[in-house]
Amino acid sequence: METKQRTEPRATQQQAAPLVPPVDIIETADGITVRADLPGVSKENLSIDVDGDTLTLEATVNLGEAANVQPLYAEVRVAQFRRSFVLGSDLDTDKVNAGIRNGVLTIQLPKREQARPRKISVRAE
Amino acid sequence: MYPSQTRFAGDLFAEFDGLQRHLEQLLGLRGMPSSIRAAGRGAFPAINMGSTEEAVEIYAFAPGIDPAKVEVSVDKGLLTISGERAVDTPEEGEKVSVYAQERFTGSFKRVVSLPEDVDTLKVDASYRNGVLKIVIPKREASRPRRIEVRE
Repeated sequence: METKQRTEPRATQQQAAPLVPPVDIIETADGITVRADLPGVSKENLSIDVDGDTLTLEATVNLGEAANVQPLYAEVRVAQFRRSFVLGSDLDTDKVNAGIRNGVLTIQLPKREQARPRKISVRAE
Repeated sequence: MYPSQTRFAGDLFAEFDGLQRHLEQLLGLRGMPSSIRAAGRGAFPAINMGSTEEAVEIYAFAPGIDPAKVEVSVDKGLLTISGERAVDTPEEGEKVSVYAQERFTGSFKRVVSLPEDVDTLKVDASYRNGVLKIVIPKREASRPRRIEVRE
């Protein structure tokens, strides 16, 4: 009697790796601004987490397409976005501000007060 | 902040992306043929096209554009999407450092060929969450119909 094969096609069950969204990162005296392209992502399908000094953004694309749509051609084949950044201790992780508009996420990471640039005056001896 | 670290992370991701692209090329893009008008991965905006019984739906992933300045036209079975994405990164200066600038800026143009059975007189385009959705209904004659059998 033959034993039934139990090898499941694991590779096909695995989720495809999430897309890495392109970002712009700009630092000014007040903090760092991160802008990320997340097309098809609304506020509800987006999560931004700060764990220790790591900021992770995760998002799911929702196009609201018809249920019976058959793909003819696709350049975007994964509906998930994910990217992480390691933050410095000079950034105030309690005051992270984020907003998404037209599929562009803007994250404001303000600097801690003591980390902002100060002019140090040199005393004359 | 440690600019070298931010740069390192970005470069590493870019490298992975490049590797993935190379692999996809070797593997023939998971079996799906690519369009002759798709200028490789990374073209802006990326385009998906799907078909329902009633219409053909085209999704252009174009975040951060002004929908009023996007031009969508159909000519001889080709759909053209063109426009411009403004630069929103400030100039690097004494008090401004730019660590990553991966997002697309400038003018873009994408052309896709449409299936033959669409009615190009009734094109509908909308922009939501950074995705331009174009719906072109199929011609009446090509829609699935049920044919009654007479006695």
